Amino acid sequence: MSAEVGTRRLEPAAIAGVMSREVANFRTYWRGTAFSSILEPIVYLLAFGLGLGATLVKGVDGLSYVEFVATGMVATAVIFSSALPAMFGTFVKERFQNTYDAVLAAPVDVEELVTAEILWIGIRAGFFGCFPLIIGIAFGLDPQWGMLLVPIFAFVTALGWAAFGVSIAASVAKIDQFNYVTTLVITPLFLVAGTFFPIDQLPEGLQVAANFNPLYQLVELVRGAAFGFETVDILRFASLVVFSLALWRIAVSRMTKRLID
Amino acid sequence: MNVQASNAIEIRGAVKRFGPITAVDGLDLQVPPGICLGLLGPNGAGKSTTMRLLTGQAIADAGDLRVLGYELPGQSKVARSKMGVVPQLDNLDVDVTVEDNLAVYARLYRVRDVPAAVERCLEISRLATRRGDAVDKLSGGMRRRLLLARGLVHEPQLLLLDEPTVGLDPQIRTELWSLIDGLRAGGKTILMSTHYIEEAERLADEVAMMHHGKVIARAKPSELIAEHVGSQTAEVYGPPDRLAEVRAVAESEGLRVRPAGPAVAIMGAERSRNGTIPDDAVRRAATLEDVFVLLTGEEAE
Repeated sequence: MSAEVGTRRLEPAAIAGVMSREVANFRTYWRGTAFSSILEPIVYLLAFGLGLGATLVKGVDGLSYVEFVATGMVATAVIFSSALPAMFGTFVKERFQNTYDAVLAAPVDVEELVTAEILWIGIRAGFFGCFPLIIGIAFGLDPQWGMLLVPIFAFVTALGWAAFGVSIAASVAKIDQFNYVTTLVITPLFLVAGTFFPIDQLPEGLQVAANFNPLYQLVELVRGAAFGFETVDILRFASLVVFSLALWRIAVSRMTKRLID
Repeated sequence: MNVQASNAIEIRGAVKRFGPITAVDGLDLQVPPGICLGLLGPNGAGKSTTMRLLTGQAIADAGDLRVLGYELPGQSKVARSKMGVVPQLDNLDVDVTVEDNLAVYARLYRVRDVPAAVERCLEISRLATRRGDAVDKLSGGMRRRLLLARGLVHEPQLLLLDEPTVGLDPQIRTELWSLIDGLRAGGKTILMSTHYIEEAERLADEVAMMHHGKVIARAKPSELIAEHVGSQTAEVYGPPDRLAEVRAVAESEGLRVRPAGPAVAIMGAERSRNGTIPDDAVRRAATLEDVFVLLTGEEAE
């Protein structure tokens, strides 16, 4: 026997059902994801933090270069574990595996499907996004209570980037078109997020533009969590919430166009 | 609200266009409860689009659609909770175990007792001993059985089978047929699209032939045969000139003739006068294939 299904939107049971599919799949490949999530920040910290930091850059804004990079890399981990899996995962499930045909034949609508996919990626990226911070602590970053908020910052930002990835997947005709998105959008945003160098090193125009970069806002929030919050951080967090909500609605709209004839 | 409907599926005047192509063109289709209706038609007849209309994955441009009394697309979600769908393409999660594939869909269909539903489906698919294996370790036949069982995980009132055996080898096809036949015998309402004549003939209580987006004939297979092609078909083999001659003679007598590979098939052969059909013709019982080719003009599979 099944429970009665209503016609209301965003039913928790539908969202949980879609997420349970993701969890079942994740159990088959979590080792690879965990491996790269741990190893990548170590490599970056060794290369940039210890290599560059020991030779060329002594400190940034009163922080050691390891502290600067370890806190900045949370944003890098978040975008690479949310936007990219959302883009490729959504496209593959839609185009090659026909997974969404099966899910939408069940009592699940596109809005629930997209919400579940984004939530799952957000949770994953929120978790793995904290790894650079943990590795950074092993490399000498002082643990602070404020850092306990970092998974929340990472989760909220990852929701937006996951929604971005879903929207892109629902808009391209071929998988190789993702190259344009990574080259023209993701890489530039990742580079001007204040991860490896402070944005005040950039030309003035780019400094203003960087303020509209959600990754930069995340980097600043994580540094606030590690070295002390400022009042403006409330606005930064609010901007990330708005970013994620807006991208979520765009993702639902794009996917509806894609999946419903 | 569910209005107790007399028909499990009620489609009236459904139209679905994709740009300049009209895939479903004023389709009327009623499926009473407890029967297996075979939706038979050549590729491009509109069968899959009809299935997608019924699952809410396509929205009709015109017409009224109801499934189990629920109006589509507004109440599609409730309707989908009471129907099972077995897709044309295998979309199982291949890295996930058999058991987890079933459990995930039991949750999607809000099944209250997920473990019990999984056990029931393992029994239906005869995969209890492979429950812990990833799907990509299963044979093609096992995967198809699992796909069918997945569509039954919530004990649906109505089952939609979209080309359930397309691309399968004969042995697996026969295996699937016996499973579907078991469901039919158990009184499950089934709408099965297919372009395999034999599949429709064996499994369907009634056959609706679709062509160019609409139903062009519908009845029990035996009635369709009797109505459109009579009881006997004669096949005549020979060089093209001779076949053309035989065809002309038969048609002049009002008999219907269709090409049948290297032969011509003269339908209603039992009504022919002496001499119309050559003595070396091979006479056989008329089949649904004769009806299909006659009505659609397409070669049967």
